[in-house]
Parts: sequence; structure tokens; C-alpha cells
Amino acid sequence: MLQDKDRIFTNLYGQNDWRLAGARQRGDWDGTAEILARGRDAIINEMKGSGLRGRGGAGFPTGVKWSFMPKNSDGRPHYLVINGDESEPGTCKDREILRHEPHKLIESALIASFAMGAHAAYIYIRGEFFNEARHLQIAIDEAYAAGLIGRNAAGSGWDFDFYIHRGAGAYICGEETALLESLEGKKGQPRMKPPFPAAMGLYGCPTTVNNVESIAVSSTILRRGGAWFSALGRPNNAGTKLMAISGHVNTPCVFEEELGVPLKEIIEKHGGGVRGGWDNLLAVIPGGCSVPLLPASICETVLMDYDSLRAERSGLGTACMIVMDKSTDIIKAIARFSQFFKHESCGQCTPCREGTGWMMRVMNRMVEGRAEIEEIDMLEQVTRQVEGHTICALGDAAAWPIQGLIRHFRPVMEERITAYKAAHGGGRITQVPLGIPVAAE
Amino acid sequence: MVKVTVDGIVVDVPNGSSALQACEAAGKEIPRFCFHERLSVAGNCRMCLVQVVRAPKPVASCGFPVAEGMEILTDTEIVRKARRAVMEFLLINHPLDCPICDQGGECDLQDQAFGYGADHSRYQEAKRAVKDKYLGPLVKTVMTRCIQCTRCIRFATEIAGVPELGAVSRGETMEVTNYVEKALTSELSGNLIDICPVGALTSKPYAFTARPWELKRTDSIDVSDAVGANISLHVRGSAVLRAVPRVNDAVNEEWLADKGRFSVDGLKHRRLDRPWVRVHGKLQAVSWQDAFVAIGRRLDGVPGDRIGAIAGDLCDAESLLALKDLMTALGSPNVDCRQDGAEYDMSHRAYYTFGTTIAGIEDADALLIVGAIPRQEAPVLNARIRKRFLSAGRGGFPIGLIGAPTADPTYKAEVLGEGPDVMAALRDGTHPFAETLKAAKKPMIIVGHGALTRPDARAILASTWALAVEAGAIAAGWNGFNILHRAASRVAGLDLGLVPGKGGRSAAGMMSGGVDVLWLLGADEFHTAQIGPQTFVIYQGHHGDAAAARADVILPGATYAEKSGTYVNTEGRVQRSFRAVMPPGDAREDWRILRAFSEVVGHTLPYDTVEVLRERLATVNPVFRVIGGLDAVDVSALPGPAGGGAVSPAPFRPVFDDYYQTDPICRASPTMGECSRIYVHPRTVAAE
Repeated sequence: MLQDKDRIFTNLYGQNDWRLAGARQRGDWDGTAEILARGRDAIINEMKGSGLRGRGGAGFPTGVKWSFMPKNSDGRPHYLVINGDESEPGTCKDREILRHEPHKLIESALIASFAMGAHAAYIYIRGEFFNEARHLQIAIDEAYAAGLIGRNAAGSGWDFDFYIHRGAGAYICGEETALLESLEGKKGQPRMKPPFPAAMGLYGCPTTVNNVESIAVSSTILRRGGAWFSALGRPNNAGTKLMAISGHVNTPCVFEEELGVPLKEIIEKHGGGVRGGWDNLLAVIPGGCSVPLLPASICETVLMDYDSLRAERSGLGTACMIVMDKSTDIIKAIARFSQFFKHESCGQCTPCREGTGWMMRVMNRMVEGRAEIEEIDMLEQVTRQVEGHTICALGDAAAWPIQGLIRHFRPVMEERITAYKAAHGGGRITQVPLGIPVAAE
Repeated sequence: MVKVTVDGIVVDVPNGSSALQACEAAGKEIPRFCFHERLSVAGNCRMCLVQVVRAPKPVASCGFPVAEGMEILTDTEIVRKARRAVMEFLLINHPLDCPICDQGGECDLQDQAFGYGADHSRYQEAKRAVKDKYLGPLVKTVMTRCIQCTRCIRFATEIAGVPELGAVSRGETMEVTNYVEKALTSELSGNLIDICPVGALTSKPYAFTARPWELKRTDSIDVSDAVGANISLHVRGSAVLRAVPRVNDAVNEEWLADKGRFSVDGLKHRRLDRPWVRVHGKLQAVSWQDAFVAIGRRLDGVPGDRIGAIAGDLCDAESLLALKDLMTALGSPNVDCRQDGAEYDMSHRAYYTFGTTIAGIEDADALLIVGAIPRQEAPVLNARIRKRFLSAGRGGFPIGLIGAPTADPTYKAEVLGEGPDVMAALRDGTHPFAETLKAAKKPMIIVGHGALTRPDARAILASTWALAVEAGAIAAGWNGFNILHRAASRVAGLDLGLVPGKGGRSAAGMMSGGVDVLWLLGADEFHTAQIGPQTFVIYQGHHGDAAAARADVILPGATYAEKSGTYVNTEGRVQRSFRAVMPPGDAREDWRILRAFSEVVGHTLPYDTVEVLRERLATVNPVFRVIGGLDAVDVSALPGPAGGGAVSPAPFRPVFDDYYQTDPICRASPTMGECSRIYVHPRTVAAE
């Protein structure tokens, strides 16, 4: 369990002043120039040593990502782009940072930009986050007025500008290269990789795209040391993480917690327990909606970190869990996700464009049970055909929840089909209504 | 070079190649839909997935760069499965209406479904339907068949330079559209039909006409402009049903202008299919013999210098030479292939050809266009300019334009002025573009017929050459002096000397009473009222156009599709076409008509076969010995074309107003007529 002294986001709930004065009281902007004075390599090594892994869901080591930026500019400017397009269903952690800890983000953005040789950072904020963007803009204005950013930012000698770009509500624009396309003013469609953004990103220049949380924690990590951060959590899953619980718990909330704490403990402690008691738990989706669900039996023992969840063939994702009790129609819940992914697929590449619609339609029938038992296997095959064949990870994200459903709740699906057949008469689903004569072939 | 192993075959490919190129170098065929060599890489169809050893998942080979020692597997279970999966996805929302689809038989989706498709569909749900879009009179759409490969979008944006297509909506509902229901404004729009891998974009005029396996294909040359695009004529029975481009990287890559592609329906309208003789003011159908006798009688006693001949824009070199030989035999110096009155200096071939060559445009680093509108006069060549403009990057290929600005040239061009007075400013360095030209290492200048058809053409030509020399466009190893022709027969005519001989009269002189008997070989591009009423006109040609109506004798000839001919394009490249169909009725190949007539007047031309005639072509001008190729000529020591006269300050005029109505074939073509109505003379319709 995380102790108060190790908390990074001390104003997560906004009880205190989120403006500059309050942020300074909490330690932000303290000795920023000294941190920058350590130099690029020292900062990147400290970040590597902290073991921080990307907080957006994929879990790529942040320090390593920063080190991919060219050491010397070839004439092109470098850019830091912060991904604040938090559109994952069930996820609302970055939002708390944006509205309650904006200065942590701005200070960290300055440090990160310095570490990658960028003089400009862009943050792409989800369009629906109106007040969050407003808060951030106020904080940016405060920082400019205080000389913390702009020319000679915080007295460090480094020029740094910070810009807000507000999205227009497309989930796919949270994918890093689609975000860059959207930022450039084009249709938000992921790019082919390689080239990776570190070589050819925003406007064709070296760019690093990081999640809001990954950036926001870096000022504290550098202030308190990578060793402090890596001592928290478990090996290879270091540090604290913002998590959230929504769904059928008594007290849904966003909170900061160490990685590697048992899922059950988290639900009991932060979520106030499952509605109707632990035995009423049906399943948990541990990170957003793009990872396979975990049935209650696994939730009993699993630890909340990247590797433990991967071992259970799920994933940490955004660590914002959706808890479902036994009143949930689990097939319907996953079918809703399928609708979401079908609606949010950008339509660029074939498997995702065609596959998400197909999966959604089959899932909708599965909800009613209007299907054949064999179609469960076919559906599983379709998810495998989508997975790993697309430009970006949206295809994978659309496939995984269904794979999790089939893996853990296949009997429920079969039961549903059997019940439908019992109620509506057996036989195969047929495109010709019953009773209409069909010509012999 | 990097060493890559493809299925165990080691190949060396250049740095930066894609995995797909490496696979092709190893002789492995990779299925693809969205990838096209001449377009940017989209990587969205996912059909070209291959396995790269140590990569976690299959990669799209079209956009995946090779690395030293990379091992690619193209035929594993994983790859086959991935391709079958993609094919299944492509087909679930495809209407599978192959029996009524014009693409049937030449459809990439159909062909690849043979290799990777399943024998039945597992898709039980409702299929998607997409509303068809209006893209103008040439391109028909059936958008339900679209597989969203975005080739058309990339073609329109990158090659044609008209960013009028795009994709709206996302996911399953993504649609390719032009959004505003307006005809595409490109002279290259027909290439969308070739580039579409499925039947979403097909030819509107050709709709439901024939199946590809019914067609006989004949190699030919496009005569609608002077680029000499290589085409293939597709014929069923006696009808040319369509023209499609052939690949020739030196000339047209794989593009074809709309006029060349869609004017083929003009080949069967308004044709002259029998000889006619005017008797008491009325044309009467007669036999060949009677027609020849009528001409022979009229010529009897006419001195040679009162006979003249004008050759038109679509003639092959064979008939041009036969015409000239006939006139020489009749003792006439009056022969001209320049019905538009253009002036050239013919003392060296470099003075009247496109010296840089079309492919050479890609090496140039600055361009000045004088009195030409390449987008209209040579759309395919214009695409090459745009290609260079894009590849050079921002500011890498500055383009200056002298002439009346017309529609968007499809690249950024600075209009320097409207008349030749700018040339003087460029030469004395007072115009800022002079610096640009001088700073360039390989500048090129294109002179068009907007400049050459003026009275001061020779002076302009001389001063342009001088400017080219001063700007460094004429140097050892680089010829930046270019004449952009618009008539397919012109360079051949100049090569064969179809200009007035000593004491001879030009086209205008012949028309205005300089001759008593005027032989028009397919010459139509002038007002027939210019011909004096006393002149006896013989029209030899294939279409009943304006000049035929004025004629006293009509001799039905053959179009480019009906004869094997030699054409010389604006670069001076000699190319040969083959006969696709027979001429209609009594019409005959033009050189044969001239040869037969020569016998009637007792001056039998010395060739009975086309081979002998071609031997004579090569004797008259050795350039005709090389077919298809083009030898580099060192022009650095040339003195330049002869000048003379003063330059008038009048602005340059476009050589034609209507791209779709420039020769007898396209004036007879219903499709070109409709294009003209829609694009050039749009009728405003009252709002409802």
C-alpha cells in the first residue's frame, strides 16, 4: 500500500489550490533550473533508472523512449507531444492531473522537452475536457507570467513554449501517430511505422509522444531520484500509478497506488468493496476497455501491474478498472465495447474497418442468443484475423475483450444460444423465413 | 545496397527499399491493392503482409524498409492465413456482383480472390451499401464495390494535382468521395479507372460494352497531342472500344490524357468511307477511279507552282513523306505541315524539339514556360512537371510562366508576365526570376505554340535561345531548350521537310489564292473561309469535318487506329503504331492513296510496300532508323535559331480554348462533346 509520503499527486482531489501558488506550496517548480542543469544525459539516465513505464497503456519504458530522440538536431526542430486525448472508456486519470495538478504537467513538460532537445511542447487534449483545458491554459498563462516557461524558462537558459490543442472527440486520435496527423490538421488516421515519431513525427520532425501521466510524474521522479521511484512497486513494474475504479463498487474513485498491489485489496480498500460483497463479483476489466476481462476467480489473486496481468492474458492498460457484479449481462457489456470500437475505427486499414463491424454484429446476436454454437468459434477466429494485422493497436483492442469473453464466459454464451433456440424453435438461423417454400436445387 | 534473404533467396537491394521491392527482386509476387509504384505508400489494405523473422507480427511489406540481413518469409502458414483473413474482410462488404461489373476479368480483387479467397462466405450479416458519386462524364462509380484502398485519392492529389477526392467518415462508413458532386477537373481523370483495383471506378463511356477477354489488343500511339503516349487499342470486331495506356517510362509512364483515352468513340462517327466528287456544287459518291480521274483532269495543265498541299496534325510520317514526294513529282514547292502558321528554325533538330526530354524534366531544377499551357497542350507531360515539382521539395523547382494565366497549372508557378516583353527583362537581369534561372544548375525553358504561332515567332525563338544560353540551360551534357508541340504530326513533318521549298508558299499563302489546286491531308484546324473560292480543294482524310465540306474531291483515308504509322513526338522520339482495325468502307491507308494517285498522273512514287516507304523515310532523315529510342545530342556549340524582326508586346494567347475539341476525331466523339459541354461551356441552370 502506498504511504502518503510517497504520493506524487498530492492534490489529486482538488481540495487545495491548483494554481501556481498552491502548486509551489506542494513543491512544484522548486529548483527546476537545477534539474535542467544536470544535463540531458543525466536526466534521461535518471528516468531510465527509475523504471517508469509508459502510463498510457502500452507500458514502454519512458526513459528509453526519450533516449530515441536524436542527440543533435539536423536542423529540424524537436517536439514533445503530450497525449491528453483520454478517451478510453472507464478511464479518467489524466483528467484529474489536467484540472488539479496542471503545474506538475507543465514543469515536467519543460524538463522532458529539455531532455529531448525540444523547444516546444504540444498537448492534445480531448475535446470534451473543456474545463480541464481551461485550467491548463490558466496554469500556462501563470507560468509564462512568472517566467517559468517561455524564453529562458525558469532561469535555466532553455527556451520553451507550451501549446494546447483541443481534439474533436475521436478515440483514434489517442493513438500516437493519429494524434500527430490530427495535430497537423489532417484526418486522424494512424501512420505506418517505421518511421517512428522519434525519427519522423510532427511535421516530419523528431517527436516523442507521451501520456499525460508519464510526463507529469517525471518532475517528482527527478526531484526525489529514480532510486526512490524504482523502490516502489515490483521489479520491472516500478512506481506509483494513478488508477480508477468504476462500476459496481461502493465508492468509485480515482486514486494513486503502488503497482503490484493485489487487485482484491485495491477494490476493497479504494472501491469500498464490490456491491453486495466480494462473492457478488462477476468480472473485472483491469484497464480501460481494450484489455481482456478477468473473471472473479482470477481477481482473487492477481496483482495490479503490467507483468502480472500480462501473465493472466490481460493487461494493465490505463489501470482504470471496470468492476462488474453478477447483475451484469457480461455478453451485453462486451457487445457494447464492440459497438464502441466499430464506431471509433478510423476505417483506414482493412481488418479493423471490416472486422469491427462484423464482430459487433455477431456480438449483438450473441446478446440475444440468436446464433449458432459454432459461431462462437467463428467469432474467435475473426478476432484472431483482426489482431496483429492492422496499422495501429485499435484492431487488437477491439479483438481482446471478445477473446476474453470467449475464454472465460463461453458457457454463458452457449447457454444463451440454447435458451434462444428453446424459445424460438431450433434449427439453424436461416435467411428465408420459415414456412416459405424453397426451390429444390 | 543491403543483403536481404527472401524465402532463402539472397538478394541485394538498394538502401531504403521496401520489403515488397526486395520480394520482387527475389521473384516473389506479393499481392497488393493499395500499393502502387507511382503513388505514395498507404499501407492500408494489409494484403501484402509478409513475415519478417524476429518481428512479433506480420508486417505490411509495401511500407516496411529493409535492413541488412533481414529475413523475409512470403510463403508461410502465418502469411497465407493473414492474406486469407484480409481477403475475407475485403469480400464481406463487397457486393460480389462480378457478372454485372465492368471490371470483371481485369479485377485485382477477383484475381487475388482466386488465390486467397474462400469458397463460401461466413458473413451472415447485412452488407454495406454506399451511394454512388458523380465524378463527371468520364468516370463511372459504383462505390459499394470500393475497398477503400485510397489509390484514387492519392492519384488525384499527387499525380493529377487536383485534390478533389478524399475520404469522409470513419470505420465501416468511410467513403471515398469528392463531396460536392462536381465533375473532376483533371485532364488525367481517366487514369483513375486504370488505377482502381476493383470496379468502383470504371469508364462511363465504355460501361457494359465488352469483356476484356473479348478484346484484341494492338499497340498504338496516341495522336491527340504531341507527347506520343504509348497506348493499346482494344478492339472487338471492327470497333475500337477503348484505348488504355502502355507503360513507357520515357514518355508517359503509365498515364494517358483523357482526350487520347476517350476520343476513340469518335473513330466511328462522321467517317468518310467512300470518295466524293463535287459535281455542279453537290458532292456525289464516286469510285476511287472516278475520283482520281477527276483530280487528274483538274491538274492537267496546272503548273507545278499552282499546286499546293497542307498536311494536318494527325498524319503519320509515311503519308507525310508520300505527300511531299508527290508534290515534288508534280513540280510544286508548295507544301506545308504547319496549318497553324507556326514558325520554326529547321537548321538543327534541337531548335524544334523538346530537348530536355520528358524524362529529363526530372533532372531539371528550374523551369520557365513561354507561351504554353502544358496542362492543356500535353497533360501527361504536365504530370511529369508536377512530379518533378513534388520531388524537388519546397522551392527546389521554381517555375516561371510567361503567358495569360489560365486554370491552375497543378503546381506553384509564378506568372512573370503575359507577353514577350518579360523576356527582355529576364535577359538583362532586371527581373528577379533571371537570378533564379542563373542560380539553377539545370534550368529548362519550354516554348509553346502560343509563342510560335505569332508573327514575331522567330524573334521570340531567337531570344529564348539566347536566354537559355545565358541562363546555362544550353551546356555540355544538358539541353534545357524545349519546344512543346501540340500536333502529333508536326515534328515528323519538320524532320521530313514539309515546309515550303524555294519560292514555295506557306499554308496561309496557299489558302489565300496562291495555288489553284490545294491538297489537304487531314488538315482541318483553320477556317475554310480562308480558302479562296476559285481554289480546287482535295481533302484526303478520315472525318467529315469542316474542310471536307469545302472540298471538291474527298478521298477517304485512315485514322491512326487503321494504319501502321510512324509518329515523332515533341521530344523527337520516333515511335510506331500498328493497325488495330481496317478502315471503314472504301477508305484506305493514306500513303497508299497518294501512291495510287501518283500513278494516275504518271509520276509513280517509288514504293509499293510500307517497308520500302520506311526505308525511304530513313534515307530522307536518318532519325527514322531508330524506333523508340532517342540519342542525346550535344547542343552546346550551336549558334541558335536565326532571329529577325521585332518583338511585339502583345500578350501570348492560348493555342486553343477547348481542350476537348482540338482535332477531327474528338470533334466527332460524343464523349468529348459532352466533356466540352460540361467543362468548357457549362450552362448555368436556374435554381429550382
